Parts: sequence; structure tokens; C-alpha cells
Amino acid sequence: MHLTLTVNGTEHALDLDPRTSLLDMLRDHLDLTGSKKGCDHGQCGACTVLLNGRRINSCLSLAVMHEGDEITTIEGLGEEGKLSPLQAAFVAHDGYQCGYCTPGQICSATAMLGEVEAGWPSHVSDNLEDQPQLTDAEISERMSGNLCRCSAYPNIVDAISEVGGGRK
Amino acid sequence: MDVNFKMDKPVERSLLDTTNQNIISRPLDRIEGPLKVSGRAKYSAEFKLPNMAHGVLVGAAIGKGRVKEIDVKSVEALPGVLMVVTDTEKFLRNPAQGMDTEAPKQGVTSIDYFGQPIALVVAETFEAARNAANALSVTYEDAEGRFDFDARIDTAKPKKDSEKNQGDVDDAMRSAHANVDAKWTTPSQSSAAMEPHASLAHWEGQKLVLYGSYQMLSSNRLQLADAMGLDPEDVRILAHYVGGGFGAKLGIGPESVAAAVAAKDLGRPVRVVMTRQQVFEATVRRSNTVQHLQLAADAEGRLTGVSHETITGNLEGEDFSEPASAATQFLYSGANRRFGNEIVLMDQVLAGSMRAPGEAVGMLALEGAMDELAELLDVDPVELRKRNIPERHPTSDLPFSSRSLAECLEIGARDFGWSKRKSAPASTLEGEWWIGHGMATAARSNMLIKSSARVTLQPDGRALVETDMTDIGTGTYTILAQIAAELLGLPIDAVDIHLGDTNFPPASGSGGSFGAASAGTSVYLACEKLRQTIAEKLGGEVEDLVLSDGMARMGNTSEPLSELIAEPLEATATVEPGETGKAFVQAGFGAHFAEVAVHAHTGEVRVRRMEGTFAAGRILNEKTAISQCFGGMVFGIGTALTEDMMHDHRYGHIVNRDLAEYHLPVNADVPQLKVKFLEERDHAANPLLAKGIGELGISGAGAAIANAIYNACGVRVRDYPITLDKLIDHLPDPKGL
Amino acid sequence: MKAFDYQRADSAQAAAAMAANAQGVRFIAGGTNLLDLMKLEIERPETVIDISRLPLDAIEDTEDGGLRIGALVTNSDLAADARVRRDYEVLARALLSGASGQLRNKATTGGNLLQRTRCFYFYNRAMPCNKREPGSGCAALEGRNRIHAILGGSEHCIATHPSDMAVAMMALGASVEIQSPDGKTKTLALSELYRLPGDTPHLETELEQGDLITGVVLPAPVGGRQIYRKVRDRASYAFALVSVAAVIGLEDGKIGSAQLAFGGLAPMPWRNSDLEDALIGQTPSPELWGRAADILLADAKGHGENDFKIALARRTLAHVLDAACGGEK
Repeated sequence: MHLTLTVNGTEHALDLDPRTSLLDMLRDHLDLTGSKKGCDHGQCGACTVLLNGRRINSCLSLAVMHEGDEITTIEGLGEEGKLSPLQAAFVAHDGYQCGYCTPGQICSATAMLGEVEAGWPSHVSDNLEDQPQLTDAEISERMSGNLCRCSAYPNIVDAISEVGGGRK
Repeated sequence: MDVNFKMDKPVERSLLDTTNQNIISRPLDRIEGPLKVSGRAKYSAEFKLPNMAHGVLVGAAIGKGRVKEIDVKSVEALPGVLMVVTDTEKFLRNPAQGMDTEAPKQGVTSIDYFGQPIALVVAETFEAARNAANALSVTYEDAEGRFDFDARIDTAKPKKDSEKNQGDVDDAMRSAHANVDAKWTTPSQSSAAMEPHASLAHWEGQKLVLYGSYQMLSSNRLQLADAMGLDPEDVRILAHYVGGGFGAKLGIGPESVAAAVAAKDLGRPVRVVMTRQQVFEATVRRSNTVQHLQLAADAEGRLTGVSHETITGNLEGEDFSEPASAATQFLYSGANRRFGNEIVLMDQVLAGSMRAPGEAVGMLALEGAMDELAELLDVDPVELRKRNIPERHPTSDLPFSSRSLAECLEIGARDFGWSKRKSAPASTLEGEWWIGHGMATAARSNMLIKSSARVTLQPDGRALVETDMTDIGTGTYTILAQIAAELLGLPIDAVDIHLGDTNFPPASGSGGSFGAASAGTSVYLACEKLRQTIAEKLGGEVEDLVLSDGMARMGNTSEPLSELIAEPLEATATVEPGETGKAFVQAGFGAHFAEVAVHAHTGEVRVRRMEGTFAAGRILNEKTAISQCFGGMVFGIGTALTEDMMHDHRYGHIVNRDLAEYHLPVNADVPQLKVKFLEERDHAANPLLAKGIGELGISGAGAAIANAIYNACGVRVRDYPITLDKLIDHLPDPKGL
Repeated sequence: MKAFDYQRADSAQAAAAMAANAQGVRFIAGGTNLLDLMKLEIERPETVIDISRLPLDAIEDTEDGGLRIGALVTNSDLAADARVRRDYEVLARALLSGASGQLRNKATTGGNLLQRTRCFYFYNRAMPCNKREPGSGCAALEGRNRIHAILGGSEHCIATHPSDMAVAMMALGASVEIQSPDGKTKTLALSELYRLPGDTPHLETELEQGDLITGVVLPAPVGGRQIYRKVRDRASYAFALVSVAAVIGLEDGKIGSAQLAFGGLAPMPWRNSDLEDALIGQTPSPELWGRAADILLADAKGHGENDFKIALARRTLAHVLDAACGGEK
């Protein structure tokens, strides 16, 4: 089935089996292996990419449903020498170990900071109507869809906190 | 230039203490960090070879019996399907155990556990292969399985040579002023590394090349060669990046041989990636355990007897049994001692090593028992432990190589504010949460494993380190670069580290917390040799050589390395364990302190604070070492609170075989942890004077949480994980406070 | 995943009509549960109709002061909507306690209502399961059933409904708007949407072939204290063991209104009007909470590993009612 979409600013035209997940399209057809497959069922977050600016699990989406969409993967956020602020902060704070969940963590955090800025509350927000503050508890809750078995969570929180404007 | 070094006597002085380059130990960023955070670090399944086909494993849908027929025709007609591989002779029944030099049991006609791989479907695309793997029609002959551990516990058989007896524990228990005599149970667990096991196989003539997600390539190569009937020289394994291992990737898994057989039959490269469900069902688990702990103490709180007996399960033909008493044997004093392991034969997925096999679950029992003993004796738990630190090994009478346990306990307690703890349980209610504090000792044996590396000093002034060592997230790339940079006087970015390829000198591999010390020592030795060669070139003694900023200085002479070296200067070094491994008890030590909250109504538990104070010889990189300890401590949180691989007792399968229902801790389960290292050098361990750290952080961590839960709400749970259902019926009435 | 025919619908009516005439049809929108199940071939549709681009993503005020939520409104957008945050806190809280940020960005209102159970045995094709394979038996009844139902189950099925959102909507008295293949639309109370398993656990709702949920209507806000309390095995990203959605109004120190629904306990979001009636007009007290729990749990049945849910439901209900009536949240 034919599909046209934009990935990291480049338009791609593909012919795909409708069963192909967005994740497998990225990894197997576009050689963008930065997005990881940890569970293939939306249970780990390693496959997180940005769909029209929002974070999603790319494993739980059919590629053919994304005609005309804009996808940003970890490769589109930055590369060595020009890392995004979050990518650089993950390096500085050791917000990873094996690195496998890392692209998903960073894509997730990138969109998450936007969600906070837009005023979206979270499960741990005391008040749903106030502008949420980027406390450690808020970061942890909002990043809980990204598992890290190496358990770099404290460092991930530090990295995000720094980029998000420092400890609240 | 080859160097062979055997660790036969303590190393009096380490070059790392004299080179003064300020590179070793510093909390430098990981050198491969930019590749990882930008998605450019390539893991095994991410190499793409021309004409590559996709394989998906088919696991047995019964727990015990035989395969009667695999109806290949049922899927052959599906579009894209290339072949169904049913090599019942070569396929691995289960993964190899770590460091094995032979293939694990092969042959999959008979089924010994649910999910045992029995076939591989290969297709042009992953989508087609996955569908065909689901559609493949298999008929089975069912047999009665051994699925119910509790019902079979009486059939446990002693593990060979595991029994150790000293004095009379029973008598010590009878005559004790206070004693603890109880059983702890821990569940099966999954390492659950984020990268699923994957192998991409292709053949270059008669040579097999495999990109495999493995921890120990040199022994993996022997296992794979044996399984395939090849000369090890004809097997090459590559693993530049490994997405976590924690023991589950110590030995080759069933996907490796399946990929290799399929690639051979098809004449094309074949990639096989396990699904997450298959990782649970067909790799390796930490066995569940039943641990019987007995502690006897006199009126002064000195231990007179220690007994730690463990029952675990495993497949027929496997003799691994979680050595839960590993640390118990040397940690505390007590004249009368008894240890032993028994194994119950189970038709369940292989039990093997998972992070800190032994201590990880053994310390849950020992440190829980110590907490109970402290309460019985009305002695502070920290004090009880300090009082029982033995002078020498309680059985062998060997000295400890280095041990800062008392200091860890004291400094950890001070930093945590332990003195403010209320010792009576259920004393503090904050809102609807009971608050409590607990502690536990950390201890994990230290090892040195044979390891080789080649270091080449290039005429352009750069150094290249090559070894088949892996970096599974432990920081190997960075610490090897730090060691080479420190000893060769180079900036760290002038050192290139090439790992994860069996074409390089064979290393210890990553496991047992011995990787950094073993592989690091081989790099150290090679650099030491290079220093000697440089000194000779300058016509002086190596003791007078100073390497710094790419310059070599000797007395008043100073020359850039790039001018001194016309041809690449190469040294290959091998370290082997020696007499110091037998003459000393070697272990890392530490202390965990935790503050938890237990919800007064629902029994939910939250870890609010957790601090670890550790001493493990020289710390090679403070940043990556802290991360390793964080990792261990979070494994401790999972062990204490959430992780439980649940088997069905009738069908034998794992019911929660995915990451939605096997609960790893998520970010919200983990507070901002604190880790402190005490300055220490271990001269008997290795020339780096460093000890392993990857498993120290988990040892005791869960017990500190369990002890804190007891202190919070007065409920003692000896059955891990401590989920809320085990608490709610026993929670105190908050109004009673 | 079995090969399927992928089609896109241009309108809700067209989607319903397309679905009415084909075998093995599934609508797909967020796909977060459907694709999960299709990969495991627990769902094996022949035809998948993509409704994700239909104009059903609006949240609008209704004439009687309520809210109409389009079926394609994502969980994230719904939780972030200012009206929902202000007037339907219980719903926003329920949504925010579910899944993860990524999943909530994809999961839709309609799809969330139709989530399938997380029962271990439903999720494993090698196991008996009457819901997946009618007549094959229920392996959970005497198996590992820690997460299973204590209310509303049958001897054929004790699977629970996993949604948080639906529990809050049930407490709020929501109704569901449905497009039928014949061009007509119909409305069902959410409480009427679900079926209990009985001897047909594979039939989970009253939807007929081709029926497409187009929206959910919330009645005008009733005021009072709104609480969604979810108890689970880890701090986030886990399904409920027990959850309670409560909307409680106090009048002169007595309970004036009470709307309660429960998750994690039953095959559907659970609401019990006797329990609510017993609370209304009463003065808050621990004894009253005990009586309420007695009513809720009168027919509760544990199956071994899930026995604890009876005590947990009792304790959680008391704790929520206490908080709603002025105690701490």
C-alpha cells in the first residue's frame, strides 16, 4: 500500500504491507534504527517518536495510517556535535546506561516539556487548573511511560529538570 | 609484545596512583554518549545485510511433552514465507549458562517448558514471518509437567558440594539468648533488559558471522561453535552495543542457533529478534527461592550460629542453583555455621544468573533476619551488624583483602540521619501514610577473570584499545579509555575503544561485576608495557618516565609521542586470576538506608528516600559507578515491591509474560537516590586496586526496604515482593496512634 | 498479525455501512489496544476500517449544560480540556491515572470504552478462554487470578474491564452516541453499553454489527467533591487493582448526592444504586462507610488470589468517602 509522509523533515514515499507498524517502517524501511523496539506492545516506551509534535508509541500505530503526517525521531532531534539540549543533558547527567531506552526517553521528554508548558496537568498535580510546576514528582510521573531497566531514573529526572528550567 | 600477568600476590603500588593525569576516577561523560542519545549507536538487530530475511521463533504451546508434528504446509503458502526451520537436533533447548564453554542442551523434540522454541519461520518481511509463526500448526503429545514448586518441594535434592557445616547450629539455636528461625521466599524474576535478545547470522563461506546481543563474546563463541559443529576460529560474534543484559545474555540463546541454521539453509542473512513474550518464556529467569535462615545470638548481640539453606528450581540436566548464602558465609561472625542448596526439578524456563546471583536474594533473607534479631535483642540494627563483623573469614580464617563495612555503616547512618529513626514500629503517621526507616548491609564477592586486550599507540599520537569485551551499559567504553588515557598521558578523546568483536583479543566479558577490573587490568598491563617501550626508546628507566599531554618526558628530555613513534606500537596483555584469589576473601561492601511510606488504608508502598554508601576499591569513573549503583538499588526496589514472574501451576506457562504485567519499577517508583563511595584501595584484587560494583548496589537493597516497611507499619512480610495484598489485613489502625 | 484489508472511511455513516456488510471487521482509531491484540492474533480482523480522520474530535457544550465528547478525542486532549478539568475533575483524574503520556496521546474516547480485558489467559492463545474462544473454558477461575473480578463475573469468565476513563464516566452518568449502519443514530446510557459475561463472555457490549461509537455525552456537572482513587501495583503505568470514582455532594453535614463507580472489580465499570441510596441523606461516619461497603460487596466472590480485593475495595471505598466528605484526599 502506498504511503507518503515526512520523517525528520524529509518526505518519503513508500509501498508498505498495511501490517507494518510505524516503528518497523522507521527501522526496517528507512533505516532509522534510533527508535527502539523493547516490547512491541506499548508497554515500555522505547519506540517513542513525535507525531505532529506529540509523543506516541510508534509500535502501536500502523504506518499506513500516517499519510501526510510529520514524524520526528531521535535522529531528527540532533546528532553528535549538535545535540539538542535534552540530548546533551542526558550525556552530562548520565541519564542512561545501555542506551536502548534512551532515544524513547529523550523523544518523550522533548514532548513532555511542551505538555507542561501547555498547562496539561498530570496524575500527581495537586490542582488540575493551575499551571503545573516541573517538580521531580511531576517529571517522574510524566516519564513513567518510558521504562529503563538500567534504572537511570534519578539521572533522567536531573537531566530533564535542568533543561526544563531547574529544580522547582 | 605480549604480557601475561597472574595475580599471585598483592600489588603494592598501582601506576594509577602515580601518573597524576587526573583522568582516572573522574566523573567523565560516557565517550559513546553522543551516539546513544542521538540514536546512532547500533545494536545487534540494527545491522542490515543485503538480502536479509526475517525469522520469528515458534515456542511450544504446551509445558511438557513431545512435538508430534509440525505442519510446515500450514504456512508455506502464506505470501512471503521462505521456509520453516525445524532442526530438532541443533536447536537449543535453552540458553547456555554464563561462561560455559560448550553448547547447552540441544534437541527440541521433547518439550521441557512452555514456550521452548521448536521452530523458526523465515520470511521476506518481519510481518509475514510473525503471522506465519502464529499460524504454524503443531500437534503435541502432552505429558504431565512438573509445574508446582510448592507441591514438589519435598523432592528437592542437594546440589553437589553445596553443603557446608561447622560446629552445631542446632545447639547454638537452643542455647541462644535470642534467635531467629524463619523462611523467606522470593519469586522468579526476569532480567528484562530493554533490548530483546537478537541474532543476525550470515555465512562467509564456511564461517559464521553473528551479530548477537550477548555479554560474554569469547565464551559465546565457544558455545555457538560447539552447537553448530564448527571450529571456534570459524565463528565470529559482534556486539558493539548491548541493550542491557543483567545476566540474561551471558550465554547464547535459542535465537542464535536458529538464525545460524536458517542462514545456512537459505543462503541468506537471517535476523531473529525475540518478542518480549519470548524473552520471558525462553531465555533465563532468576529462580524462585525458599530460604531457611537461622541466627543465634548471645546476650551481647554476638552471633553464635548462622544457618542459611536454600531451595531453588531448575530444568532437568541443569545444576545451577541460586547461591543465596554466598555473602552469608563471610559477612558475619558466629562459630556454628551451616549452608546448603537444594534443587527441585521443574519443567520451567531455565534458571540461571541474574544480577548478583546469590546475594541479590540471599541478602533479602539474611538482612531481614538480622533486622528481626536486632529487635529481639533491642540493639540498633546498625550496631548489631557492626558488632558481628568478623576479624577473618569465619570458616576459612582467610583475611579480607579490603573491607570498609564498618565505615560504610557509620557514614551511611550519619548521612541518612539514622539516629532520628524511631525504633518502635508504626510510630510515625504523616497524613495517611505510615513512615518507616530500614537499613541493610550490602556485600558482593569480587572476582578476577582471565581477560586480554591489545593497545596500539599510533604514530599520530592516538591510542587504540581492542578487546572483545562488551559494554552492556556498565561504562566499559569510558573506563577503558580513562585507564589508557591516564597511563599513556593522552587526552581521553585521543583514545579509541573498539569492543564487541571476537576478532579482538578475548576478554572476560560482562558479568559477575568482574568486567571492569578484568578488562581494565588487561588494558592497564598493555599500557604499562607500552610505557616501558617508550622509556627504552628514550634510553631511560620506566620509573623516570612521565607521559602527559601527548608528550614523553625523561629527565630533561621531552618529546611528543607522535615524533617518538614511527610505526604503530602495539602491546597485548592478558591477566589471569592467581593466588590472591585464594589467599584473601574479596568483596565489595556497603550499607543501604531507606525511608518508605505505607498507605494506612490501601497498603501501597512508596520509597521516599534511599541512600547507599559503598566501598569497592578504586572507583574508575565516579559518574558511571554511581549509575551502576542506582541501577542495583532500583533492582532492589523492584525486588522488594513489584517484580514477580508468575507461573501457572497447571499449564506451566508464565502468565505475566510482558512488561504490562511483569512490573519493573517505573520512574515514579524511584525517588532521587543518593550514592556515596568511600575511598578504598584493594591491593589483592588487581593492579587497578578496584573491585566490582555492578552488583553491589542490589545486594541488600530490597531488604532495607522490607525492614523500613516493618518499621513503618509493623508488618513483617517474608514473602517477596511485598505487594499491598500482603499488608492490608495486618495494617494497624491509624487511630490507635 | 494476519493480513487484512485496510480501508479508510470518509464519514461515520459510511464507516458503519462498510462495517455492516463485511465479515470480521474492526474499526481502528488510536489502535493502542487493537494492534496490541492483532500482533498476538487474539484479534484477527479481515477488514480494518480506519476512522482516525473522521471529524469526531470535538468537545462541545450541550444545550443542557453538559459536554459532548467526540469519539476520537484523545485521552490527553480530554484530560487537558479546561471544562473537564474544572467541572469533571473525576474524569480528568481518571484519564491521567491511566496508561502513559504516549498512550494517552493516541488512545481515543471511543476506543477506551471498548478496551478489552488484560486477563492473563485471554492474552495467551494457548490457554482456554471463553472470551477469546467461546466454549474453551475459563483458565482464570482456578488459576492465577490476582487481577480478576470479584463482582459480576460468572462461572465462564471473571475478567475485568481495564478502563479508568469509563469508570469516571460511569459515575458521571454518561451516555454513548452511536451511529448505526442504517443511517440512524442512537444513544445508550453507558451503564447499558456493557454486558456481564454470563455464559457469553465473548459478547462484551450491546453494540450491533456496524455500530460505531461517535461520542460520549456527559450530563451537566452536579458539583460536590470529585475524587478518582486508583490503587495499583506500582506508582504509575499499571492497571487498577481497585479504583473508585466518586462525586459526593454535602448538604448541611449530610450526604446530599452520591455517584460512585468502581474499576478493577468487575467485567464492566461497576455502579450500584443501592449503595448510593444508602449514603444519601446520611451523616458521614466510619459506620456508614462500612454499611456502604457491605452493600457494594454483598455478592463479592473471591477466587483465591484475588480474595484481597474484597478487603481492598472496602478500605479504599471508606478512604475515598472520608476524603470526599471533608477528610484528606
